[in-house]
Amino acid sequence: MVAGTSEGDFHAGLNFAAVMEAPVIFFCRNNGWAISTNVSEQFRSDGIVVKGRAYGIRSIRVDRNDALAVYSVVCAAREMAINEQRPILIELDEIVYWKNARNPVNRFRNWVQNYGWWSEQQETQLRNSVRKQLLEAIQVAEKTEKPPLSEMFSDVYDYPPSNLEEQEKHLRETITRHPNDYPSDISV
Amino acid sequence: MALRNIIGKRIGNGIGLVGRRSLSTATCDVENRNSKSMNLYSAINQALHLALETDPRAFVFGEDVSFGGVFRCTTGLADRFGKARVFNTPLCEQGIVGFGIGLAAMGNRAIAEIQFADYIYPAFDQIVNEAAKFRYRSGNQFNCGGLTIRAPYGAVGHGGHYHSQSPEAFFCHVPGIKVVIPRSPRQAKGLLLSCIRDPNPVVFFEPKWLYRLAVEEVPEHDYMLPLSEAEVIRQGSDITLVGWGAQLTIMEQACIEAEKDGISCELIDLKTLMPWDKETVEASVRKTGRVLISHEAPVTGGFGAEISASIVERCFLRLEAPVARVCGLDTPFPLVFEPFYMPSKNKVLDAIKATVDY
Repeated sequence: MVAGTSEGDFHAGLNFAAVMEAPVIFFCRNNGWAISTNVSEQFRSDGIVVKGRAYGIRSIRVDRNDALAVYSVVCAAREMAINEQRPILIELDEIVYWKNARNPVNRFRNWVQNYGWWSEQQETQLRNSVRKQLLEAIQVAEKTEKPPLSEMFSDVYDYPPSNLEEQEKHLRETITRHPNDYPSDISV
Repeated sequence: MALRNIIGKRIGNGIGLVGRRSLSTATCDVENRNSKSMNLYSAINQALHLALETDPRAFVFGEDVSFGGVFRCTTGLADRFGKARVFNTPLCEQGIVGFGIGLAAMGNRAIAEIQFADYIYPAFDQIVNEAAKFRYRSGNQFNCGGLTIRAPYGAVGHGGHYHSQSPEAFFCHVPGIKVVIPRSPRQAKGLLLSCIRDPNPVVFFEPKWLYRLAVEEVPEHDYMLPLSEAEVIRQGSDITLVGWGAQLTIMEQACIEAEKDGISCELIDLKTLMPWDKETVEASVRKTGRVLISHEAPVTGGFGAEISASIVERCFLRLEAPVARVCGLDTPFPLVFEPFYMPSKNKVLDAIKATVDY
């Protein structure tokens, strides 16, 4: 997400990756907006690739609506990062505004269909099958129980320190006294 | 009443006038001229309009403030005052605050918005090491008093780790800045105007849960409420409760229920956490002999700890019971477990009874 490149962390991250020759791929999706803020209010550089370059990182811009181009770029970037032990930055830019004709999923499907590797019939079958799986998944998720109360205090640290043990004990006493204050779908 | 406010501001904090520290049941020191029923974000919006209207060198900036802001607090400002005074910034909190400090250092009123208090930490170095020390390190040759940082804080029912935090305690530990938290629309408008016009950098936390939920009559004119003056919003004699922001609504419900059991509770809205009004709280504790502090932020190291330590220092022999704290737990703010984490009315009520029965 492009707006995040304005944060100081982004600059620290790029700089460290470059200096430490880390095999990292920085993948930046640029759709021109951050909530209501247009890119012209975010930065005035020529996108993000120039920022990667400024830190000594090989950078490339690719049309985010071209699935094949993105695939090629990521393959190349991965090879470079691993073989040359260096970071790579990929900026996925909306080089031409997305209209329905440039919808990346449709474009890819048309390409695959032209080679006879896919058909309208398979498309319909796949959509139905996925819809069914999704509906089943939603049902499973809705039936899944929420985590028990003990999970609230675990993983703050590796083991709960004494103040947390005390607070859990006190909380359980409170729940016993006022059960209606608490959601019934969480087991205590 | 208005005169008291003006005198209070000119002389500054900590110098008492006879009667200034007396307990007040008034919910607002403001004459009700023309008032209008409005919610918290509208009251804050009004304050911002007035701030920019009355000072041509006042600016409002932050992420997405131009179209009105994600909570509608900055609606209409860009249209009315123009892009040069109300504008979006890049997504960079250290930049927003750093830029605000520079603007304020040049004598402007810089009103910076941090979109959620949870995101204020990248700006912490700027606030602590630059803003808070600006006047001190220059021997008063320079200051950035025109800086006000606004941020929505607190639980909202579904905010999880990063949209629910109450970070006030971190800022109360930094000499050189003020920390202010309003409990309602009418308070917010008057306090925000005071913060903006105060000659010190201020962090103003707005209880996001109340943006739409809290509705009350708010005077339409330009008025200010004094900083560093706590307000007794409910009189009582058995126990003193101290809180701020959205938590006061919960505490008030607990007070009402405690009354049914014959416990008379005095409820104090601290309003300004830094520098805080020790005199008002102390006077109340000397009356009741018991004190309970409640806040959403985790209990350990929360601002309640400072209040507790100070009260014990000053009122040790008067206290009939240990100082009670009913606060958030020492975990990151949870999502599904939010109802368990929060200092609920019943938790407060249980602590009131335990303290009174000690």
